Amino acid sequence: MGKVKKSPWVLHYDGSSCNGCDIEVLACLTPVYDAERFGIINTGDPLQADIFLITGGINTQNKAVVQQLYDQMPRPKVVVAVGTCACTGGIFKECYNILGGADTTIPVDIYVPGCAARPQAIIDGLIQAIELFQKRSNKHDAIERRHKEEEGRKAHDKVSGE
Amino acid sequence: MSYKAAIMVVLYILFAPLAGGLLEGADRKISARMQGRIGPPLLQPFYDVRKLMNKQVIAVSVLQTSMLLCYLVLMVFTGAIFFAGNDILMCLFVLSTASTFMYFAAVVTSSPYNTIASSRELIQIMTYEPAVLLAGIGFYLVAGTFSVAKIANSDIVMLTRMPGLFASFVLILLIKMRKSPFDVSTSHHAHQELVMGVKTEMGAQNLAIFTITEWYETSILMGIVGLFVVTSNPLSYVGAILLCAAVYFFLIIADNACARVKWTQMLQITWLFTLFASGVNLLILMLIK
Repeated sequence: MGKVKKSPWVLHYDGSSCNGCDIEVLACLTPVYDAERFGIINTGDPLQADIFLITGGINTQNKAVVQQLYDQMPRPKVVVAVGTCACTGGIFKECYNILGGADTTIPVDIYVPGCAARPQAIIDGLIQAIELFQKRSNKHDAIERRHKEEEGRKAHDKVSGE
Repeated sequence: MSYKAAIMVVLYILFAPLAGGLLEGADRKISARMQGRIGPPLLQPFYDVRKLMNKQVIAVSVLQTSMLLCYLVLMVFTGAIFFAGNDILMCLFVLSTASTFMYFAAVVTSSPYNTIASSRELIQIMTYEPAVLLAGIGFYLVAGTFSVAKIANSDIVMLTRMPGLFASFVLILLIKMRKSPFDVSTSHHAHQELVMGVKTEMGAQNLAIFTITEWYETSILMGIVGLFVVTSNPLSYVGAILLCAAVYFFLIIADNACARVKWTQMLQITWLFTLFASGVNLLILMLIK
C-alpha cells in the first residue's frame, strides 16, 4: 500500500463549456497558482490519469466520448466537475441538445461550482479529490489483496483436495 | 570479471535508478524555477513511479509488457558492460538494441498515435546513432583501446583531444533524453500533437518500467559524458561530476528555451553538426598523432 496522493495526474476534458472554466483550469498551472507543486500533472492521456476533471455540460454528441474516457482510466479514479455547467447543465440546461451536468453520464465525486470557477476553487476541489483518491487507492489495494489471498486459498484447497 | 568490476556493476544496478530519478526531480524543479513556479518536490519522480505501481493494470497489448521488460534488461546490461569497464563499442551496440525494443513496445499496440510516434522514434535512432558511434571511435583513436577501464585509466583528458566529438555527443543527448527541440517522438508533457507519443498506450506498471529504464539510461549517458574527463588521477572524478552537472544544466536550458522542430530539421541539424564537428575532429585525430 503506497501513498498515492503525492502524484495525482489530471485528465482535463472540455464538454460543451464556453471555455471560461477551461481558461481557469489552465490558470491553475501558471506561476501564480502552480498546481504542479502538489505533483499535479495535466496529462492528455486517460490511461495515465487519476483524476478526471470535466468542464461544461454533457450533450448528445460528447456523451459517448466522456463515457469512453472514464472507462479508459485505470482504477482507482476520481471525477471532478468544474463549473456550474458541469455540475448541473447551467445556463445551457434547457437547450435541446444538452443532457445536463457530468453526473448524467458518469459518477461525479467532487462538484466545484462557479461561472467561471475561480482557480482557488478549482485547486480546492482538486485537493479534496486527492484525499478521495488516496482513500479509494487504499480500498483498491485491500480488494486486490483479498482477491490474491482467495486465489491462493483456492489453489491450496485444490492441491490438498487431490 | 575482476572483483572491482563486480562491485561497480552491483553499485550501478542499485544506485543508477536513484541517480536518474534524482536528476529528473532536479530537472523538474529547475525547469519550474526557470518558469517562475515553485515546482514539485525533488522526489516527485519517485512518488509518480510508486503511484503507477499501485494502479489497475490495463494492457492494450499483452506483448507490450514483455517488450518493455526486454528494454529494461538490455538497458541494465548496457550499464553493466560500461561500468564493469568492458568494451565501449559493445556497450553502444547493446544500447541501440535496447532502443529497438522501445520501438517494438510502442509499435505493438497499433494505435494511431503510437504508430506515428514509433516511426519518429526510429528516425531519432537513425539521427543520433552516427554521433554515438563516432564518439566510440574517437575514444579508440585517442586511447588506442575500446576498453572503458583502460580509457578511464589513461593519462590523457579525452575532452582536450576530442572537443568536436564531445559537442556532437551533447547535441544528441537532447534526442536521447527526449528534450526540446528534438523531442519529436515523445516528451515529458502531454498535450502535444501525439498526446504522449510512444508512451500513449503505457499505463500503470508499464509506464513505471519505462520510467525506471529511462533513469538507467540517463545514468549510462552521464557515465559516458564523465568518461570524457576521467583519467588515472582520482581528482578527475570530481571534474567528471562537474561536467555531467554542467551538461545536464545545458540540456534543461535548451529544453526550456527551444520549441520543438520538425523531424527533417532535427535530422539536418544533427547530421550536419555531427559531420562537421565529429568529422573534422576525427580527421585531426587520424592525421596528427
